[in-house]
Amino acid sequence: MSPTNIFAPVSTPAESIFGLSIFVLLTVAAIFVVVFSLLAYAAVRFRNKQGDDSSEPAQIYGSTQVELAWTVIPVLIVVALFLATARVIVSIQNAPRPPGALEVIVTGHQYWWEYRYPQLNIVTANELHVPVNGPAHPKPTFLTLLSADTDHSFWVPRLGGKTDLIPNHPNQMWIDPHETGLFLGQCAQYCGTQHAKMLLRVYVQSPEEFERWVHEQQQTAHPASSAGERVFEATACVNCHTVSGTPAIGKFGPDLTHLMSRDTIAAGAVPNTPETLRLWVKNPDAIKPGSKMPAMGLSDQDLDAVTAYLETLR
Amino acid sequence: MSTNTIALTEFQTRPLTLRLHEWVSTVDHKRLGILYVLYALIFLALGGIEATIMRLQLIRPHNDFVSPEVFNRMFTMHGTTMIFFVAMPLVFGFANYLVPLMIGARDMAFPRLNAFSFWMSALGGLLLYFSFFGGNGLYGAGSAPDVGWFAYAPLTAKTFSVGHSTDFWTLSLLSSGIGSIGTAINIIATILCMRCPGMTLGKMPLLVWLNLVMAGLVILAVSPLSAAQIMLVIDRYLGGHFFDTQAGGSAVIWMHFFWIFGHPEVYVLVLPAFAFASEIIPVFSRKAIFGYPVMVLATVAIGFIGMSVWAHHMFTIGMGAGANTFFVLSTMAIAVPTGIKLFNWLATMWGGKIRYATPMLFCVAFLFQFLVAGLTGVTLAVAPLDWQLGNSYYVVAHFHYVIVGGILFTIFAAFYYWFPKVSGKMYDEALGKLHFWLFFIGFHLTFDFMHVPGILGMPRRIYTYEPGRGWDIWNLIVTIGVAFQAAGILVFAGNLVLSYLRGKTAGDDPWDAWTLEWTTSSPPPAYNYAVVPTVRSRRPLWDLKHPEDPDWRYE
Repeated sequence: MSPTNIFAPVSTPAESIFGLSIFVLLTVAAIFVVVFSLLAYAAVRFRNKQGDDSSEPAQIYGSTQVELAWTVIPVLIVVALFLATARVIVSIQNAPRPPGALEVIVTGHQYWWEYRYPQLNIVTANELHVPVNGPAHPKPTFLTLLSADTDHSFWVPRLGGKTDLIPNHPNQMWIDPHETGLFLGQCAQYCGTQHAKMLLRVYVQSPEEFERWVHEQQQTAHPASSAGERVFEATACVNCHTVSGTPAIGKFGPDLTHLMSRDTIAAGAVPNTPETLRLWVKNPDAIKPGSKMPAMGLSDQDLDAVTAYLETLR
Repeated sequence: MSTNTIALTEFQTRPLTLRLHEWVSTVDHKRLGILYVLYALIFLALGGIEATIMRLQLIRPHNDFVSPEVFNRMFTMHGTTMIFFVAMPLVFGFANYLVPLMIGARDMAFPRLNAFSFWMSALGGLLLYFSFFGGNGLYGAGSAPDVGWFAYAPLTAKTFSVGHSTDFWTLSLLSSGIGSIGTAINIIATILCMRCPGMTLGKMPLLVWLNLVMAGLVILAVSPLSAAQIMLVIDRYLGGHFFDTQAGGSAVIWMHFFWIFGHPEVYVLVLPAFAFASEIIPVFSRKAIFGYPVMVLATVAIGFIGMSVWAHHMFTIGMGAGANTFFVLSTMAIAVPTGIKLFNWLATMWGGKIRYATPMLFCVAFLFQFLVAGLTGVTLAVAPLDWQLGNSYYVVAHFHYVIVGGILFTIFAAFYYWFPKVSGKMYDEALGKLHFWLFFIGFHLTFDFMHVPGILGMPRRIYTYEPGRGWDIWNLIVTIGVAFQAAGILVFAGNLVLSYLRGKTAGDDPWDAWTLEWTTSSPPPAYNYAVVPTVRSRRPLWDLKHPEDPDWRYE
């Protein structure tokens, strides 16, 4: 089963879209069957057969009754579809925000995702963590969508429809997943060279697990002073990356304070392993050609040291 | 015919340079029509090659047939080429050739404007492709444009698009846009002022009506696009900030400018397709078109409603519930007049004696395919479904169903239907049918199965995709279909060339048809009609062939 199937919803907006889509698809399927049959019948039944005389068939110029019928019936179908659609639009777009909702500010960057939790004082990247919803613990997540550069679009099909991230044009969407697990998606608005590898990973966690994750993320990093840290802070790494509690306060790239708590790097392009991490630092184009991270031209020794340092960021 | 034979010999013994000069300097609507069409066919080959490169790259996940940069250029060039330098010139080419003939005129209203418009459009295509050589304005900046055919801001700003590739795109569309507007004015003036005696608006062939509405839409749609191109140039070179979000500009306003062009553009292309179907289906069913006045009304309705649906391309950009609801309603409303047209073609076939020559095969396939395209269009008009399926491969499948399954199929029908008139030679029926079946199979392999990865969450414009998402097998099938389509196109081109060189003489009226162009010789003389015809009904040749039962008694 596809992990990004729109017909396997686990969150209210995706479910109401699914319900509407079944109604719409059944309607158009019925229209298809009727019109297809008529067309096929006419195309076969009225073909010129061998041995037909060369006389012309009866010329019929039109019929007001028939025209009225195939105008009025489609109008009625359109009205029904429209009313059903308008209901779902309003129910999703104008849903009230409950006071306990979790707030996340999503910023699209070329080619990665930044997540800020203003209520929790957390900044992270590429892997969104949200709590699961149930009757006992309703906690929907409301996303404010911003862009730092070009247009992007947030689309995790099983959780909800997509909404674009447009510079100077803040958008909103919400999800309330009912199941724990990892839900996949990716950027759905062409944003530049590496649009294809701007992948989305949403971890829906039980309330306890989410609490634990929040607690971890709220810690500042305490890296043991190391050769790797010296290389990191003496190189341009710090211009773009933040490691809280150290002099690294760059904002252009992902926050690395808890890098090792993430399963993947480069916006989901590869798993987070020492090998991929080293390769990514050495030559980002080897993993994601066209990404905005430059190769710093580090020596093998410095590369090993920086990789070792990054692995301490838990 | 003897005068023609003399003219032909004289023509063929002239030096090549003189003959070429006659084509370059021509103001004859028929020659310009042929130039438009030949020009479009060259670009069709280019756009097809670009599509093939994309499909080879996507044949399996994590493929590295081309780099991301090249892939992004390919989909930008493919979209821009197919819309502006294939579909538009084909539409204008056929309109140029057919409209004056069908209304009994000797040329377009403004022959010089006509030539000017063609060469402006031609310049646009050359500019676009020159970017492969000249786009590299900055070392390593890349050649051809890679901002998508829709060129959303701020990806086109200097910050994100260095070098000159975006400038070539902009100037190319500006140039061809001037040509399009010129031709649209010309078509309107011709239809309104040049009709032969007796041809009231209500007696024009449907093709002429549909092209009249098409030309009106071109003026309304291409003007804002041209304005937006000028604004983009101001942004990039004169310090403007219309779309420069880094300086407070608006990305959303570009979307409005683009889609107020982009959606009516779909009707600009599909109305001529309807026009071909409305001429060919009656002739091959041997019946008058069913419900002519309703067909005209539906066309005009599509023209008006078509101007009010553009923001259905923007359901995901965060418009309010009110705006979304409005554009759902207007978009669904357009299904009604479109449906009426389909039913009228069906009723035209009903009770007829259908002859399945190649033009009719393409038209009947068009009816089935356009039914599917219309219905998937209704599903996408449902804004919440668009939140899931917008910008996915489902959308790509939907609009290729419209543009290939609908528009291109009727254009092929039109090629075969009017080839005898334009060339004086009959095409090869066996090759025509081979083309039809190859292209039909290829079309369905590619575009039927392309809906599925969209439903499974595959966005468009990605140069590669992750394994394990259930997309692999569908992408493989889609790519296999390309081979059949390409084979079909080769048979088509071969048929045109061989038939032109060695085809049988077609005669003036090979289809036993009813509109005026079939009264003159094949190919028609430069002046079209020695005596300007007079008509009494929508089917002047029917009246001539059936003096005992003429149409004008019933209209």
